[in-house]
Amino acid sequence: MTTMTSKPGQALVNREQSLHFLRQMLRIRRFEEKSAELYSAMKIRGFLHLYIGEEAVAVGVTEALGSDDAVVATYREHGHAMSRGMSMAAIMAEMYGKIDGCCRGRGGSMHLFDVEHRLYGGNAIVAGGLPVAVGLALADQMQNKKSVTCCCFGEGAMAEGEFHEAMNLAALWQLPVLFVCENNFYAMGTALQLSESVVDLTSKAAAYAVPTATVDGMDVIAVAEAAEKASDTVRETGGPFFLECRTYRFRPHSMFDPGLYRSRQEVEGWKQRCPIISLIRRLKDKGWIDDPGLERLEGEIATEIDSAVDFAEQSEWESVEDLTRFVYSDAGAN
Amino acid sequence: MEQQLRKMNYRDALNEGLREALQKDERVFLMGEDVGRYGGCFAVSKGLLDEFGPERIRDTPLSESAFTGAGIGAALGGMRPIVEIMTVNFSLLALDQIMNNAATYLHMSGGLFNVPLVIRMATGGGKQLAAQHSHSLEGWYAHIPGIKVLCPATLEDARGMLWSALLDPDPVLIFEPAVLYPMEGELSADAGPVAIDQAKLLREGKDLTLISYGSCLHKCLEAASILAEEGIETDVIDLRTLRPLDDESFLASVAKTHRALIVDEGWRSGSLAAEVSARIMEQAFYQLDAPVERICTAEVPMPYAKHMEEAALPQVSSIVATARRMIDG
Repeated sequence: MTTMTSKPGQALVNREQSLHFLRQMLRIRRFEEKSAELYSAMKIRGFLHLYIGEEAVAVGVTEALGSDDAVVATYREHGHAMSRGMSMAAIMAEMYGKIDGCCRGRGGSMHLFDVEHRLYGGNAIVAGGLPVAVGLALADQMQNKKSVTCCCFGEGAMAEGEFHEAMNLAALWQLPVLFVCENNFYAMGTALQLSESVVDLTSKAAAYAVPTATVDGMDVIAVAEAAEKASDTVRETGGPFFLECRTYRFRPHSMFDPGLYRSRQEVEGWKQRCPIISLIRRLKDKGWIDDPGLERLEGEIATEIDSAVDFAEQSEWESVEDLTRFVYSDAGAN
Repeated sequence: MEQQLRKMNYRDALNEGLREALQKDERVFLMGEDVGRYGGCFAVSKGLLDEFGPERIRDTPLSESAFTGAGIGAALGGMRPIVEIMTVNFSLLALDQIMNNAATYLHMSGGLFNVPLVIRMATGGGKQLAAQHSHSLEGWYAHIPGIKVLCPATLEDARGMLWSALLDPDPVLIFEPAVLYPMEGELSADAGPVAIDQAKLLREGKDLTLISYGSCLHKCLEAASILAEEGIETDVIDLRTLRPLDDESFLASVAKTHRALIVDEGWRSGSLAAEVSARIMEQAFYQLDAPVERICTAEVPMPYAKHMEEAALPQVSSIVATARRMIDG
């Protein structure tokens, strides 16, 4: 095991930013709790992978990105989409399969895309997004754009050949990719030590001469600081960086997971380190939030979620006459 | 005015198409294994590195998945990449990117992100390269909605399909039959881009329709000459674009000849030939005077020994014999 190479985020940067982090994490948490409820009510179907417990990673990393930067994420990407700025309504309607969803209901929970925020999916093939991220960075490099492509994936992706191919190519061609490994210690139900001969994940990136850091992914301030350093490095060198965020999924892998592979004790232990609860504690210590303030925040988020659900409920289904649209751009050929 | 004709081979025609694309659009670049310093495994990209430099003629590591996926990403990011995969068998290492990403992004994103990517690769047997370098999987790729599949069989198409493919907003796969690379011929001096949504009638006759593409097309043309000496006149159709198929071309021909023989270098089961046959049956059943027939590659992994490989592949003799039988009944 490596030690954390970035400092724990002791210093709350400032009140405004800390409260922004709290709001973003809470938005994701409450939105996903509502999504789970709507899944049980059969409003949302297919696969639903919840990010609950891991919110600090997407929120912290997004803080280091500008509007021109690109994001490639996985099928557990509600948090990335929301922290990037996509509306809850567009995401909720997508999960409902409605026409006002961000992808007209063609993608669902696992495939959120957005032009304005340069979100290139929602990729549900483990490691499948990494080569695409490398290509986005290549296009930026060839066009002399200064953007960074942020590519998020789980540690399970590191057992795939595409991880190694992509890491080599990004390093070989010095492409501006911020690789963010969200290490939640389980590839679906298989523990890291049961799937990797070497569990020090940074050493795999270092083998391609990619600079690395590891950060406590349960601490949003620490993630934000580490991601900022990492993205600064990418911008300065023009080459890739590998950031490992150690985190934990509080909920099952998907809605079909009986959770047989983790002990209750282990899950409870990690829940004690909940990124939201610990940030609230620190904010309270600083006197930057109190219970009424927190209640107000929860109320605002509940209103936002309610209106997203209303929006999804009221949105129409796409006409089945349009079934074969978007197979080709010209819509005709098939 | 008489067209000026130039002698060249299929490989030269492809090279010229690449050069034209690189000259016309600075967003175009070529990447793949050995495309630069080596000049291309089949020498298709010879000379391009010197002319366009290593930024635009990129040698890649042996990482089919990564560089194909990088092509997808670069296309999304505003470039017009041409990815060369050495042979169709190696493309299986990139199948995740082709099938799960290139073919799906437009649809999965509800129309937000199209992928203007061109992937070229060598295909087919006939060079004694055995069971990991000789297969014809273009018909397999033609199964996938979201991509277009081309197979140039002539110098004109080798020269002209690439630019048209680059203008297409969606992923286009171009399959180059490896046995055709040294094929000599003549190309007009003003040859340029060609349509990529139509099949082409290369020879006209009234008795039988031969439908083919790629290297088997030339076997059909040879068979047609032999049959003509016997008084059997055939239409010969080059499908050219395997997805989407130009149904009108072969349906119009079958309406005239009432007999169709499909020659396909893919394996018979679940083949492109099966698809064409089914479409004729569905749309022209009452025009037929005989059952549609198929000549495909024997269902074996490609053997190395010359006589065995020849036995596995469709040959002129079997096309001629089948055609005679179909006419004579």
